[in-house]
Amino acid sequence: MDYLTIIQILDSTVRLATPLLLTCLAGLFSERAGVVDIGLEGKLLAAAFLAGAAASVTGSIWIGLLAGVAGSLAFSMIHGLASITFKGDQLISGVALNFLAAGLTVVVGQSWFKLGGRTPSLPTDARFGEWNLPFSDALANVPFIGPLYHELISGHTALTYMALLAVPLSWWVLYRTRFGLRLRAVGENPSAVDTAGVSVVRLRFAALVIAGVLCGMAGTYLASLAAGFVKDMSAGRGYIALAALIFAKWRPWYALSATMLFGLLEAIGNRYQSITMGDFTIPVQFMQALPYILTVIILAGFVGKAIPPRAGGTPYVKER
Amino acid sequence: MSVQSEAGRQATAAPTASTAPIDAPAIELRGISKAFGPVQANKDISITVKKGTVHGIIGENGAGKSTLMSILYGFYKADAGTIHIKGQEVQIADSQAAISAGIGMVFQHFKLVENFTVLENVILGAEDGGLLKPSLAKARTLLKQLSDEYQLSVDPDALIEDLSVGHQQRVEILKALYRQADILILDEPTGVLTPAEADHLFRILEGLKEQGKTIILITHKLREIMEITDTVSVMRRGEMTATVQTADTTPEDLAELMVGRKVLLHVEKKPATPGAQILEIENLHVVDEQGVERVKGIDLHVRAGEILGICGVAGNGQTELLEVLGGYQNGTGTIRLNGEEIDLTGKNSDGQSRRARGISHVPEDRHDEGLILNFQAWENMVFGYHHAPEYQKNRFLMDNAAIKAMTQESMTKFDVRPPNPKLEAKSFSGGNQQKIVLAREIERNPDLLLIGQPTRGVDIGAIEFIHQQIVHLRDAGKAILLVSVELDEILSLSDRIAVMFDGKIMGERLPSETNEGELGLMMAGIAEENPGEAGQ
Repeated sequence: MDYLTIIQILDSTVRLATPLLLTCLAGLFSERAGVVDIGLEGKLLAAAFLAGAAASVTGSIWIGLLAGVAGSLAFSMIHGLASITFKGDQLISGVALNFLAAGLTVVVGQSWFKLGGRTPSLPTDARFGEWNLPFSDALANVPFIGPLYHELISGHTALTYMALLAVPLSWWVLYRTRFGLRLRAVGENPSAVDTAGVSVVRLRFAALVIAGVLCGMAGTYLASLAAGFVKDMSAGRGYIALAALIFAKWRPWYALSATMLFGLLEAIGNRYQSITMGDFTIPVQFMQALPYILTVIILAGFVGKAIPPRAGGTPYVKER
Repeated sequence: MSVQSEAGRQATAAPTASTAPIDAPAIELRGISKAFGPVQANKDISITVKKGTVHGIIGENGAGKSTLMSILYGFYKADAGTIHIKGQEVQIADSQAAISAGIGMVFQHFKLVENFTVLENVILGAEDGGLLKPSLAKARTLLKQLSDEYQLSVDPDALIEDLSVGHQQRVEILKALYRQADILILDEPTGVLTPAEADHLFRILEGLKEQGKTIILITHKLREIMEITDTVSVMRRGEMTATVQTADTTPEDLAELMVGRKVLLHVEKKPATPGAQILEIENLHVVDEQGVERVKGIDLHVRAGEILGICGVAGNGQTELLEVLGGYQNGTGTIRLNGEEIDLTGKNSDGQSRRARGISHVPEDRHDEGLILNFQAWENMVFGYHHAPEYQKNRFLMDNAAIKAMTQESMTKFDVRPPNPKLEAKSFSGGNQQKIVLAREIERNPDLLLIGQPTRGVDIGAIEFIHQQIVHLRDAGKAILLVSVELDEILSLSDRIAVMFDGKIMGERLPSETNEGELGLMMAGIAEENPGEAGQ
């Protein structure tokens, strides 16, 4: 394996990890506030569909982004209404949203575009363009640094850079601001926040708004990458992001490394369709299943004890 | 006070000093009423608390103390009545308004974020701006001043979960002071403290009082009322039955006001006549599910016709000891009942086989382990004994009529009110629930009765009855192992007292030859015999 191959795999890793990272951060905000968000998958799908639809109609991926974020936000607010306002079960509400998204995107897609649930394929100028950072072409032929800069660091879409920036920003918000302190507190012990005279409901909704926006970005990224919406295109990325969140122990920087690991596995699976070891050939299906296998391993608790926010999953009811 | 001016947060709803009468009471409630459906939790309650005093509110569980305080702290809105703070009427719609009015509340179950530091907990909800850094710095200096002033020292950077319960409580008090509270409400503050910690708390409260703070102490412990309050109000069934100067009253009078009839505050019992050795425990170790050793090699024995009381602060291994004896926790070591060894692990170590050997168990937590709250009384009355032949109609069906008849009889005998076998367990008051569990376990005529926290959350009238039943069982020649965190209860019921600390027995004492002070020290882990130090 030569240097360029490694760079190319890493480049592909970043590309594939971007939607996971955004989704993982979305889950991080939501769960840190004590709202378990199994509906990430549904939000991704809804956002991808609306982004694909809007971009194909208007020809602008930025309008697609607006539509995707709006769709994801709407789903987030339904989740909030059910599980915060009406104190329903967060898991059930999330699962319901996933089903709703899976069905609705296809039905509405068929009704709008008559393409069997797909949206029309997006032309290049209706997708996110690659951002070439300064001197990218000039440096391309410099040994070692050239490929690194040209291939890996430069040449991603705006959303990728935004996702990477969202990591330190999330950390700063969570650990350095009043809002972050209250958000973390409400996920640990909402009654402490309530008795301190701060609204639990408002904080949790704020967290869901952030989660909705981040998920909307992730969904739009998927639609742009695949040049349009296809049925079930999120392919379990919402659940993988949740697994990464557990792996990351609900921390932003760990979330970055966790999602990069998943991205790397997916990149390897895509590049090496089959590996031959002596007489034995590892089948392509196994390589492509790698991220999902890791998900199972993480969820089975093989990676050490992860302590979730203590009030996660329980609606806040004032005690007498 | 300098601290006040520096704290910076201006109380918005609080009346300004210039308009209020100088000697206005700190708090005045007028005609407060609150109903939850058909239940009248507070009925026309009026109360006046003078500034700079400690005012006790005492009453049984369900008397309406907590509801009243929740109204004062903005959790509920009163149906009728007004609240006056420093002479001015205020509307308290939520906790924020209560805080602004200068009210600080220390809840029975602390409202702290366990994995936050002390500083973070103190500023939570009272930050100065969008960024944390300045708030944290300010809180650090202020905390230092407050801790010097009131003996409230805590490490500002410690995580709450690493602090002892006593220190966590100090953080709660600091939280209130940081928000410039000058009225401090404490709800059952000593329930979780060792006697030494409770004494320290009272010294802190004295200090706060000297600085002109007003303190409201809610408790069901008569001793605390007598020790620290200036005035005391008694509540019974949602009504305020009396407000008196503490100096003019006695514990007996207060108990009578609380219950509505004369109550025996100490247990009447004859000296014990211990017989044969019933229970022997040798070198018992218990390791819990997390791998923590909870019981670290204890030796105990209980004879027929005696009550062995085990005291200690909650969480020092008493629970695990009861669980092993009751058969639902594994242990290592030797336990003999009537001279025969019993299994501590494996299939012969469960509640069923323990009961078959003559061990009855009244668990510490009647809601989780003693009862199924959604089941009716008669169903609860047979749990653990449902295999008994007298309750089987044939191979498949149980004889429900027989169980109900037995329940009816037991309920009458143990004065369970209302004596209705078909009522769900959750519909009974704490005291009556405990009587159901007690009846179930005592009526099976065990050789050994394990009983944990027999009167936790039980009102005074029922406490008296439960204590009598325990003494009767002893007089009938049974062995009783009593675990309680209430020192009063241990001292008045036990024939021998063993103190548990950190999974070990610190020592045994006879109730006639010890006192709360000595037991308190042992409960805090201070070695029993230390002649060298005692002499200095």
